Formats: sequence, structure tokens, C-alpha cells
Amino acid sequence: MAQNKPLIGKLILVTLAMFGFGFALVPLYDVFCDLTGINGKTAAVAATGDNAIVDTSREITIEFLARPNKDMPWVFKPEVHSMKVHPGEIHIMNYLAENPTGQMIVGQAVPSVSPGQAALYFNKIECFCFSQQQLAGGKDMLMPLQFYVDPALPAQFNTITLNYTLYDVTQAWADQQPLQDNIGE
Amino acid sequence: MAKTRSIRWSLPTLLLAASANTAAMPLNMTKGVTEISQEVYSLHMLIFWICCVIGAVVFGIMFVSILLHRKSRGVQPAQFHESTKIEILWTAIPVVILIGMAIPASKTLIAMDDTSAADVTVQITGSQWKWHYKYLGSDLEYFSVLATPREQITNRFEKGENYLLEVDRPLVIPTGQKIRFLMTSDDVIHSWWVPAFAVKKDANPGFINEAWTRVDEPGVYRGQCAELCGKDHAYMPIVVIAKSPDDYAAWKTAEETRIAEAKAAEQELLAMNMDMSELMANGERTYIAYCAACHQPNGAGLPGIFPALAGSDLILNDKTAHIDIVLNGKSGTAMQAFGRQLSLKELASVLTYTRNAWGNDTGDAVQAADVFKVQQGEGE
Amino acid sequence: MSVVITEPNDQEHHEHDHHDHKPSGITRWLYTTNHKDIGTMYLVFALIMFFIGGTMAMVIRLELFQPGMQFVEPHFFNQMTTVHGLIMVFGAVMPAFTGLANWMIPMMIGAPDMALPRMNNWSFWILPFAFLILLLSLFMPGGGPSFGWTFYAPLSTTYSGDSTALFVFSVHIMGISSIMGAINVIVTIWNMRAPGMTWMKMPLFVWTWFITAFLLIMVMPVLAGVVTMVLTDKYFGTSFFDAAGGGDPVLFQHIFWFFGHPEVYIMILPAFGIVSAIIPTFARKKLFGYASMVYATASIAILSFLVWAHHMFTTGMPVFATLFFMYATMLIAVPTGVKVFNWVATMWRGAMTFEVPMMFALAFIVLFTIGGFSGLMLAITPADFQYHDTYFVVAHFHYVLVTGAIFSIVAAVYYWLPKWTGNMYDETLGQWHFWCSLISVNLLFFPMHFVGLAGMPRRIPDYALQFADFNAFISIGGFLFGLSQLIFVWVLIKCARGGVKATDQVWEGAEGLEWEVPSPAPYHTFETPPVIK
Repeated sequence: MAQNKPLIGKLILVTLAMFGFGFALVPLYDVFCDLTGINGKTAAVAATGDNAIVDTSREITIEFLARPNKDMPWVFKPEVHSMKVHPGEIHIMNYLAENPTGQMIVGQAVPSVSPGQAALYFNKIECFCFSQQQLAGGKDMLMPLQFYVDPALPAQFNTITLNYTLYDVTQAWADQQPLQDNIGE
Repeated sequence: MAKTRSIRWSLPTLLLAASANTAAMPLNMTKGVTEISQEVYSLHMLIFWICCVIGAVVFGIMFVSILLHRKSRGVQPAQFHESTKIEILWTAIPVVILIGMAIPASKTLIAMDDTSAADVTVQITGSQWKWHYKYLGSDLEYFSVLATPREQITNRFEKGENYLLEVDRPLVIPTGQKIRFLMTSDDVIHSWWVPAFAVKKDANPGFINEAWTRVDEPGVYRGQCAELCGKDHAYMPIVVIAKSPDDYAAWKTAEETRIAEAKAAEQELLAMNMDMSELMANGERTYIAYCAACHQPNGAGLPGIFPALAGSDLILNDKTAHIDIVLNGKSGTAMQAFGRQLSLKELASVLTYTRNAWGNDTGDAVQAADVFKVQQGEGE
Repeated sequence: MSVVITEPNDQEHHEHDHHDHKPSGITRWLYTTNHKDIGTMYLVFALIMFFIGGTMAMVIRLELFQPGMQFVEPHFFNQMTTVHGLIMVFGAVMPAFTGLANWMIPMMIGAPDMALPRMNNWSFWILPFAFLILLLSLFMPGGGPSFGWTFYAPLSTTYSGDSTALFVFSVHIMGISSIMGAINVIVTIWNMRAPGMTWMKMPLFVWTWFITAFLLIMVMPVLAGVVTMVLTDKYFGTSFFDAAGGGDPVLFQHIFWFFGHPEVYIMILPAFGIVSAIIPTFARKKLFGYASMVYATASIAILSFLVWAHHMFTTGMPVFATLFFMYATMLIAVPTGVKVFNWVATMWRGAMTFEVPMMFALAFIVLFTIGGFSGLMLAITPADFQYHDTYFVVAHFHYVLVTGAIFSIVAAVYYWLPKWTGNMYDETLGQWHFWCSLISVNLLFFPMHFVGLAGMPRRIPDYALQFADFNAFISIGGFLFGLSQLIFVWVLIKCARGGVKATDQVWEGAEGLEWEVPSPAPYHTFETPPVIK
């Protein structure tokens, strides 16, 4: 029976490794998405727009969609529905948010780009989606997005659609601030 | 009902696969009405026939063997049990056949992935259990909900021709133009499927997915949600009407005018008081269409999943909270913010109805102005 | 293969009996570490689960008999489809294969028992509790799991009832049981083969199970991982699959199908082993292409890790990924084809007889191949957009799992039953069971292809009128198939109680170590290893 032990040990190791691998798939998937643009995820960190060369020979249509999720009471709209840009040009686009309720609500905007592969070439220098946004009841605000399209964008793409889904994350926000007085509530 | 009963027990009818009150079911995939759907159909038939031929050969040999090589015929078993040549052969031949299948399949797939500019873009949002259509670059947007009456589902009325495949407001698209669909979802994953277009794309919450079609023939095309999305997954059909570009433009203008007028009417409504019986009648209609799927027609809810409204603490004791939850939804649950989906009149009616039906006799009439106040953050 | 069995001398025999005699009553079954007892318990458990899961299928077919809602509510209907799937996969098919492995692997490789007998006892006895938890969750307020056996997030997280916690717990126990069983199989085969039983002399059933066991220890932990993520997403505020917190619901499907696709092969590879044992016996001719069978099994297992996303073509993957998964999936047809061709070549110029095990094995080849064809059609991505999530898929996987996996299990039971009980089963009743099952199973599943092509989505309790006639027909097929399985129970009980005594070899053409021991197989076999030359 002693001969079984090393083998059992190895098999248990494989099992544990595969359990870990299941969880490792989570970051691996993100890496894979960043590399290939699966699912239209955009980078969650700011890009610098310093060294981009403007390509005036091409014009790309950017469409802006904004959608509060169904249990999010904010009004949430882009200033314009679409704009035409040259790759490399830096643009600022404002989103209007309004909280019509009586309470402070924390929102988190989640970006998604279609076609998915174009997400790799859509660079954000400054975005309200990088962090959670607080808005007191009855108030409104302008939320800026500063972006440029990478001139390396493959020729087959001429329209990029950027969608923001806005979620109510007040509960999660409150859970993370146990020491702070909840001002708005 | 009599007709349905006759289907139930007449086996010969079953075998003939046709009966009096149902259109005969097609036995094959639809060819559809777009270039892509035709290509998909041809691909399907190609693979089907290849499989049939392979099946006929393999099963043919097998049945010959079963007939000839049986002990009862006094045969002696042969001794061979391997042959490298023949094994390489029957590994290689399938590879060649598969390559023959892969080439047209890849071509169609690449043709489907066309990112060129579209003429019309529609954002499709699935939610439990209805579709929402929004025409990009326009204020035109609306929900599309199952139109089959509950009585047909519960077998009290005879079922209509388009049972479960009919909606109150279909999606309308122009023919001959490239239509782009951007799918997303408000809650769970749904899947928007119209067989005649060969378009099936998942609507994932928080993400957008893209599909497109170009329909050449005007007509009414029906489909269903194809991804299990909870209790009423069977009850969120899709109806698309393809109209000629002129008819489409006329329809769109009419709709946009109607929306503008409704908005204006809403302002007038704030000054008016509707009477109780009107509120209750409207309210019941709205309740059945938007609320009954979860809270049940009798207001009892489903224990453990959807709370009961009959005898609800919140309804009976806190009117403002009641208006607020209907307007703004409840985060982290299936309760949606209906403030954006329903008109003030519908909201006022459904609130009045839920405050007075099923023994919730609060006696309150909620008016449009009350709802508006809470909407503006001026609760009592 | 020639075998020399050295009879153990009396003294040795006595010693063994002394420390491991066969107790009686309930404690025999509770404390047993005997591979034959545990094998029997697994098989009986699987049969009970098969009938419970089958009853749920009958509820489903009853509701679908006519359009409109007649018998159950949509929410309960969803619980039925979900729990039917979970029970049939984890409660019927997998334990039945594990039971066969327990009974047959030690006898086939000349080992006295499984390598880890006490763990063997554990891996069986936690299983009934897993399913008790799952079944009891149906009686909770809000009902049991209703999100499909694939439990896609966020339907199974944010939007599910509180039975989800029980579901997760139950799946964890099933996973632990399977992993322990798989480790046991690997260690047994690796270390306990009789002298002379080299790798390439092992019967194919042993080979296929060996490969299956590796698949199990590699993917069951991934399943455990994904249900854990569902649990923490639902109750502990993580957002693996919630876009609001930076997660992605499609990620769930990637992880799930990374488990799910190899899982499909876990349920079919042992079936290949069974058929590869039965066909040569009744054709009285050696298996054609033994080595290529082993290589084909291994390549199917390896490919199974590279094809998972073919379940997800409609989720919106980029073209290059879609093409990769389409090609990889089509490639699986090659080794699978090799297997079918080898079986037909084994039959060719044999001297066949057609007892019940052979009949089920022949039906397996034809009907499993039909399931393979529809699988190939599903692999063609553009066409899959039309097939996906319709009854065409339901038809496909029931051909593979019912007329594939379950037919092979039934064939195996008929094949080895005389060895287990010492009695021949009733051949006439067995033939009745076969023909009733064959006809009804095709009435049940074949029309589903047409219903799916015509556009009926799966997992719906109510449907458009055009599908009414076919669904009524399918339901009748379903009820007949359910009734036919009662004949099986009758055959089993009758055979356990008595019948014509079986010889040691049982079948004229049977070869292998399991046929060298007496019938019924004694409680302890091969305590002194046989020598294979």
C-alpha cells in the first residue's frame, strides 16, 4: 500500500491545482479579453494621449449609448448621440446625470464597446467610469469622458459604439464605508 | 377546446402530423428571407446530406454484416483484428470530408461578421420578460410585451392563431436596408432570435452584442427568446414587421408625433383628478400586463421569490414608499424602476389598484400629481 | 491472452476470511469496503435516481402534451427541467459508470479490490446525502433550483431563490464523491494490475475508465470552483459574474463549459469501453484495432479541453475564436469515427448471436452515431445560430446520453448480470425490454429534431400551436419509454432471485479475467494475483 501514497499525493495535487485553475480563469479571461477584445471590454485605466498622431484621412463614427439599469432611477444621457472623429484626435464628451429621487445614490458606469475588437483601439484618458460617482438627491451633474481612437484601428471598422450601463451601487458603497456617516441617508 | 380535445385522442391525426386548427409545422429549418438565412439553410442541407450518405454507408455495411455474419448461418469467425492501411484510410477520409464542410461554413461565418455602416440601428434590451426597442438617433423607444390573453394560456379561451407569438407593439424595420441590432439586457441573459433572419444573439447584462440583417420581403416575422431567463421565458416573443422604406418612414413619423403628444398630455393630467372607477379599471389592465407575472394576478406573489402585495406592510402603511418603489425599483432584486416604463396615468392607476384590490382597502386614490411629486423628490 | 490462476491455499484463505468476512444486515452495506458491495450500491442508487429523474421527465412531458398550462406552473416546470438534468447527469449516469468500474475493474485487471477501499466507502455514502439535499430543496418556499442544470449567471445568482445555497452544497458533495472515485480508479489501475497485465493488454473498459478518471480529477474541481463563485456572488458580495461590480456573465459560461464539455466525454468514454467489450464477445472475434481504440479515446479526451466555447457561439465571440472552436469541434468527429468503424470491422465476418447485451450494443452504435451526426451539424457555427437552444439540441444530447450512455449501461448490466448473480436473466423479457425501449426512445427523441428545426426553443413550458401535434406524439413516446423501463426492473429482480445457473464463462465468446472466476463472483477474488502471459 505504501506505493500508493506518492501517486495519491500527485493526484490530490492535480485536483487542488485544477480547483485553483478554475479561479485563475477569472484573471486569465481578463488578460485574454485585453489582448483580443473579446466582449468589448475597454481598459479600466487611463491611457495617455501624448504620442498619438492624428490621421486626418479617416473619419470614424462614434455612437454613444447610455442606459441606466432597470433598478437605477437616475436620468443618464450623452450630450450627443454620435460624433465623427479622426483617429488620434483627443475629444471630450459629456454625459448628463440627474438624480430625481430624494436620496443620495452612488452609480457605477460599465462600458462596453461594439464591435468587440474595436475596444482595443478606443482609448480613454479620463472617464467617469473609472470610479464610482455620487450624486445627492435632486441634483444633476456633467460627467466627462476624454478619449481618442488609436490610428492603428483596422480598416474594416468605421463605426464604434460605446455603451454605458449605469448601475446603482449605493448598497455596496455603503458596505465598504462602515466608519463614515452616511451623509445622504 | 373541442378542437384541441380531438387532437388529443386521434392518433391517426397525430401520425399525419396535421390537424384542423394548427398550421402544419414545417419539417425543416426555414430558408428565411435574407441572403444570410438562405446561406445558412444551404449549409444546413449540405451537412445533412453528407451525414446521410456517411450514415447509409456505415449502417449499410453494419446491417449486411448482421445479416450475413451470424452464427445461425453456420459461419466461422475470421481471425483478422487490425490493418494499419485501412485504419489510416478511415482516419484520412473523414478529415478530407470535414475540410470540405469547413470551407463553406467559414465563408458564411465571415460574411455574417460585416461591420460596414448600417442604415438603421436598433438597440434591443431584454428584461424579465419583455423586450425594449430603441431607435438610435431618435426619441422613438418602446416596450414590446406578449399580447396573448392569460385566458388562452390557462385554457379558458380558445387559443388564437398566433398563440404566444404575438406582441402589443412589434419592432418595425424597413426592407432592403442594413439594420443593425445592439443587444443588451437589464437583468439576466436573454437571446433575441428571429429564425427568418437567422439572427440569434445573446443579450448580456452590462454588455452590448451586435448583429445585423437585411430583409428583402415585407412581412411579419416571429421569433422567441432563446435563452432560459426565468419563470416566463416562454412568454417573451418577438414580432418584427418589415415595411417598404416609405411605409416605414410614415410609421416612424406617426409614432414620433404620438410620443410628443402623449408627453404634452401628461402635463395636463397633473392638474386633473381621475375618478376611482377609472383608476381601478386602468390599473387592473396595467397590473396584469406589467406586474402579474411576478406578483401574480391575485396579488399573492410567489413565496420565497416574489413578495405578496395583498396585505403588504409597505402598501398599507407607507404610501410614499409604495410610490417610490414602483417608480424607482428596488436595487438587487427583480423589482424594476417603472417610472421610465409607464406613463403617469398608468402609474397612478396601477398604484391605486394595488392599494385597493385584494382586500388592501386603503381607500386611497393616487393621482398623477401625487406620483409626479414623488418623482421630483418631494415626498410627504 | 492466457491466464494462470494460482489457487490460494487453504490457510491463506482462512486468514483473509478472518479479518474481512462478510457481515450481514445493514452494517454490511454501511461499513463495507468490498468493491463488489460498493459497486452494487452505486448501481442500485443510480437505478433509483434514474427513476426519480425519469418521473420528472414524465411531469415535463405531461405539461408539454398540449399547448397551454395544464398541470404545473412555469416556475415548477423550470425546477423539473433543472433537477431532471442534474439527477440524470450526476445521479444516474455517472454513479452507474462508477458502479460498473467498482465491480469490474479489479476483476478485469486481476486485483483483489480497489486500491483505497475505505475511501471507496466514503465516496459512495456521501452521494445519497447530496441528492437528498437537492431533492429536499424542491420543498423549500420558493422551490428548488430553477435555472437549468447549466445554472447560467446571473439567473443563478442575483435572480435565484434561496435554494441556491443548497444546490451549491449538493454539487460540492457530488464533486467530492466523483473526485474520490476517480482517484481510486487511477491508483487501482496504476498499481494493482496483476503481473503480466501490461498497459496495452488492459481491456478497453479499463482503458476508457482510466482516461475518464483523469478527466474527472481535472474538471470536477473547476465545477466546484464555479459553484463556489456563484455562492459568493449571491451571498458574499463578490462580482465574478456581475457587470455592476466589474464582472462578466459570459465568464461564467467559459468556466462552466470548460468543465461541461469534458463532462460530456466523462459520460460517454466508459460507454465506448463497454461496447468494445460486448461486440467482440457476441461476434466471437477479437476487437478490431485495439491500439487505435486506445489512441482515439485519448485524443477525444485531449480535444475535449479545446472545444468548450462551441456551447457559446451566440454569446458574441470574435470571428477568429469562433472559427477556432468550430474547427476543433469538427476534429472530434475523426477519432469518434475511428471507433465506430472499428466496431463495424469487428462485426465483419464474425459469427454473431444477438442476446440482449448485443442488441443494446448494436442499437448504441446506430443511435449514438445519429447523435454524433447532429453534433457535427451543431458544430457548424452559422447553422448553430439556428439550432442553438432549440429542441434540435435537446434531441442531440438525448441521443448521445440516453441511447448512448444509458443504453451502454443497460447493455453492461445484462452482460455482467450473470457474473454478479450467478443466474442467467430472462432472455425473453430482456428482448421485450430491448424492443420496447428501442421503439419508444425513437418515438420520443427523433421527432424533437423536427420540432427544433421548426423553431421551438428548449426549456419552455408552453409553445405555439404549430408544435402541438409533434409534442403530443413525443409525450406518448416518453410515457412508453418510461413504462418500458419497468420491464428492466422486473428482469433485474427476477434474475437476482434465481434462474438458470450461469457458467463461469457465461458467454461463449467472452474473454478476459472476469470470466475466469466462478459465477456468481465470490466475495473475494484474485487474492493471489493471476499471472498473465
